[in-house]
Order: sequence, then C-alpha cells, then structure tokens
Amino acid sequence: MKSKITLAFDNCKKEKRPALITYTVAGDNTKRNSLKILSKISKHADILELGFPHNTPIADGGQIQGSSYRALEKGIKLKDVFYIVKNFKKTNPNKPLILMGYYNLIYQNGENNFLKNCKSSGVDGLIIVDLPYPENINFASKCKKNSIIFVQLLSPTTSNKRMKKIIKDSHEMIYYISMLSTTGGKLKVSPKKILQKYNMIKRINPKKNLVIGFGITDKTISAFKTANGLVVGSLLCKTITDSLKMRQNPVTKLDKLVYNLKKKIL
Amino acid sequence: MSLKIRKGIPLIDQHDKNFMYGGKFGGNFIPETLKKPIDDLTKLFSKLRKDKKFLKDRDTYFKDYIGTPTPLIKLENLTDYLGGAQIYAKVVSEANGGAHKIYGATVHCLIAKKSGKKYIVGDTGAGYAGKMLSMAAKKFGLKCKIFMGAKDIKRQRPNVEAMKKNGAEIIPVTSGSQTLVDAVSECMRYWVSNCDTTHMCVGSTVGPNIFIKICAWSTAQISRELVKQVREEFGNIPRKLKLINCVGGGSSAAGFWNEFLDTNAEFIGVEAGGPENSKLHAAPLTNGSKIGILHGAAQYVIQDKEGQIGSTESISAGLDYPGISPLHCFLKDTKRAKYTSASDEEALKAYQLVSKLENISPSLEPSHAFAEAIKLAPKIKSSEVIIVNSCGDSHKDKDIIKQKLGSYIR
Repeated sequence: MKSKITLAFDNCKKEKRPALITYTVAGDNTKRNSLKILSKISKHADILELGFPHNTPIADGGQIQGSSYRALEKGIKLKDVFYIVKNFKKTNPNKPLILMGYYNLIYQNGENNFLKNCKSSGVDGLIIVDLPYPENINFASKCKKNSIIFVQLLSPTTSNKRMKKIIKDSHEMIYYISMLSTTGGKLKVSPKKILQKYNMIKRINPKKNLVIGFGITDKTISAFKTANGLVVGSLLCKTITDSLKMRQNPVTKLDKLVYNLKKKIL
Repeated sequence: MSLKIRKGIPLIDQHDKNFMYGGKFGGNFIPETLKKPIDDLTKLFSKLRKDKKFLKDRDTYFKDYIGTPTPLIKLENLTDYLGGAQIYAKVVSEANGGAHKIYGATVHCLIAKKSGKKYIVGDTGAGYAGKMLSMAAKKFGLKCKIFMGAKDIKRQRPNVEAMKKNGAEIIPVTSGSQTLVDAVSECMRYWVSNCDTTHMCVGSTVGPNIFIKICAWSTAQISRELVKQVREEFGNIPRKLKLINCVGGGSSAAGFWNEFLDTNAEFIGVEAGGPENSKLHAAPLTNGSKIGILHGAAQYVIQDKEGQIGSTESISAGLDYPGISPLHCFLKDTKRAKYTSASDEEALKAYQLVSKLENISPSLEPSHAFAEAIKLAPKIKSSEVIIVNSCGDSHKDKDIIKQKLGSYIR
C-alpha cells in the first residue's frame, strides 16, 4: 500500500506542479491556534510539517526560534504535540503530516515510545535535524517497520559519494537543503544553480520524491516549480510573529498566505 | 564497548567508530550541512597531529607566544594555614592572555591557516575563550567574530574590552538564558551558514567530537609541563597526589590530567554548585543528571523530563554551562575521576583566602577548585600533595567580587 506522503506526491505530479509543504511549530502561538492553523492551511498545502519545539536548536534561524520559544513559553510538551496531530487527523485523515525536530526529545521520550505515539496519533513521517546519516540508520529502520517515513536530508556540502549512500538508504521522500544556511536565511544562491544540483540528485534515483527547503518564500517559490516539492517554513513563522505584533488573527493570516503560495506554483 | 580506560592511548582517542566514548558519550549529532566540514576538519587534524612541521610550529608558538612552561609553585602560606597536605598551584594564568584558553585558540588559528580559511568564529562564556581567540586571530591575521551571551557581556566587562581592542567583532546573543549555552548554539548556527569560508573554534571540550579532540589536545600542554615539573620537584610522581581542577565544559581539567591518565594520581573535578540553596546549579556530574544531546554530543546534561535543556546559575560565567564534556562523563563512569561541586559562596571564600595569603589571585572558576582543596587539605597527611590548576586570574572578576565582598584584593 502506498503511503499518504507518496500519494500526495503522485497527485501533484498528475497536476504537474510541486507539492506545497508548510512548516509551523506545534503550539505556536497556542495549542488551539496551532490546530486551527493546520486545519486551515491543509486546504492549500499538500504535506504539513509540524515542528516539536526544542530550546537549544542548532540549525534554526531567528523566525523558527521565535515560534519555538513562543510555544515553549506556553508550556507545550510532546503530549500536546501528539494531541494536536491526533485532533488534526480526526478531520483530515488523508492529509500527510510530518513531525520535525531535534533528537534529544526523542532520546528522552525513548525511541520506541516516541514511534508508538507517532503511530497512534497518525504521524506519517519524521525529520530529525541533528541525526544525520549514518548515525540515523537504526532509527530510520525502526521508522520503516512502523510505516513512518524517515526523511533523509541532503545539503550542498554533501559529497556525491555520500549522497548515493544516503539515497540508497532513504525512504520515499528526501529533503534537499538549498544552501548553507540556518532556516529562514535569504536565498544566497540562484534558483538556477539550486535546480542544477537538484536535477543532479534526481538523476541518482528519479523515483525518490525530492523536495527543496531553506530560503523558499512567496518571492522565490515560483522559480522552483519543477521540483517535486517545496518547503516554506520561516515565512509562516514570521507571519505569525507579525500578526501577533499587529494584533491580528494569525489563523486567517496564515490561511491567506498559504493560499497565495499555492497560487504561485499552479 | 566497555566502560574502561585503556592504557597507553590518549583519552581523546578512546572512542569507537561512531566517535562515542564508552559507547554512550560524544558522537556527532549535527545537521547534514556540517557533516562535510566536520569530516574535513577531522581528516586535517589527524594528519596535522602526526606532522612534524606542524608540531614544531605549535611548540614554537607555545613557547614564544604563550610563554610555556607556566610555573608550578608551592603555596607555603596556605599549606601552613590549613595544616595538612602540601598544596601547590600550577599557575596556568601566567600564560599569555591569562588563562588556558590560549592553547586551544592558538591551535585553532594554526589549523585555520592550514585549511586556508580567512575567518574564524568562536563562543565564549567568561570571555576568556573569546579574548584568547581574538588575540590569536590578530596574531595570525584572521578576521574574528565572537558570540557571547548578553548577560555575560555585562558581567565580564574587562574581557569584552580586551576582545574589542584585538579587533574582534562581538555578537551579543539575546536568545534563551543569554549565557554560554546560547552563545555556543548561535556560533554553531553561524557556522552552518558560513562553513565554506569560516573556521569554527569551540571554546571548550564540548560539541561535535573533533572540537573536543582539538581542545583537549591543545590544553594537554598543561600536563606535559606538569609531569616534568612534578618529577623535578619530588624526584618522581608522588604516591599520593591529588590533581584538582574546576570543570565547566571541562577543557582545563582535560589538559591538566591528560599526561597523568596512566599514573596513580587522583583526579578531582569541581563543578559550579551555584548560589547556596539554589537549585539552578551547573553541576550535571555531581547531581546525577541524565544523558542527553547538547551541541552535537551525548553527555550528562541538565534538562527536564522532556529533554529541554535546563537553565543554570553560577557566579562564574566560565562554569555556567548545563552540559559537560563527554570526556568527563567517560572519566566519571569509568571512576577514573571524581566530581564534586562548590557553591558560589565557597568559591568566593577560597578566592579571598588564596589572594590574601599568596602571590596569586585565582579567578572565580579555579576558586571552585581551591575551595575543594581547602576542604580536603586539613584532613590529609603532610606527606600527600595537592596540585590545583589555577587556570585564570581574578582580574576579570573584579566587578563581581567588589559587588559581593565589598572590595577587590589581588
């Protein structure tokens, strides 16, 4: 049986467009709003990434850090993250959802226990920022046994030899980091160059769904239409920050933003 | 992998193929982007360690620039006053710049030069790591950025001034607790974005494995000198010898103990207990913290049940860190070293007593180690020897000391 993530990609390929993948932090700015945001933006997005916040993130830029701290200040715990997923899945059972975060929270929760919680709440995939290949081999295979897609990351610094190994061991979805940056950095490499690298990676195994993230905003997204998927994260976090500052409703703001992002890749 | 120290192998090399010590401490829990720069650095360093020309360069800079060896002195007055073991100090604060951080900073600059990088970045807590890196960067003609918690910038003014004088750019870190833990995170984030042009120096024996190695390999100079000095002073290594060192990240202790690993010398590490009655200590080893991942390495770390890193509080900015080097976790679990803590108040008292009686004036970090020496000395025989690593000078703490004790003596 095909996974929900694969089905989402298949569907986008039929429509000849990239999958729109959004990232928000669980519990930002409240547990309730976070759930509402997911419900709203899932009308436009194809795959949802949901961050479980950590207070010592070593690869996140200012915007996502801001969202994470906001969620942590509200006391968001892993059980709340799973609560949000479970409730979202009740009304959107077929929309794929990927949890993203740092390994220490999984380590403290216990890998098996964490995966059990993922399964029972309906998580479809995982991205663990600080568990690279080959350190992630064991955990990735545990994910596979639980029908959860472990998303391997590739970056501009990944050597060709290493890429081949990672891709060989990867599941249905792979994430290409567009440039040397933390999340939310300004695009400092031309889309043309990024797509060149993207195509090179695609050639290693055309069957894998390869998505591009980092530096993707409403301004840059339309330049990457040929990719299998595009991740927008920091822009969403920033929009929540801005709407809170302006005393506007973050839920409607995000709904509108993701709607517009989708329009740009149709 | 067994939890055993193997003889004849440097401590930093006692890891498995996954760079884990004792199978559970250390490793490389890093974003994919950093895999290659860290691999490159690992390969370069393992080559340089065996390169005679590089070692000669290192020794020349250590001698002419840092001023090795630093003295080993007997603290006659303190010994008489306490009436027990003979107390000595290895006055590492005599090194150029005033602390042990100069060893790592110099070696990192030498490596940056070898790898053709023109920029160097580093983190700092007490400001020593930053001050030394800025000094060394200036000496080697590298552009330098230092990440420092906003809270630490306020409390370590003299070192901040020194960094500015050396031409370094200081980046205040205002996220989280605004101390060392956040400075290290921010520095790593900066490196993720700039690893193609920039060399990163981690200020202590923490972080991904290669940084632990480079740091401890550099500070090992302390014990290379000390072994010789001890033999000169006592004819041999005394049968009962205690080597006492403060531990925050653990860089000075790792260097102070390294050459004594296969001897009978007893290692005692002193963590920051924080203010008396405070629960916000910075003593993960003393207080039985659980293993967690911090800054790319598995280690005992102060954290909550969920795995969020805990906040710490200590009078000494240099020890104010929720984690501890995987090397020390390994030394603890193999029972090769013992760890305890001293409170802010005990450290202040120790600073005061040593500064009053002797010609040295330890900063608040080594004052934690002196506090333990002062506790232990009266209880043991005069035939036994205690050596304390006086790895920093109190000058940088004069504001805090004045505020806490009313006056600053040196």
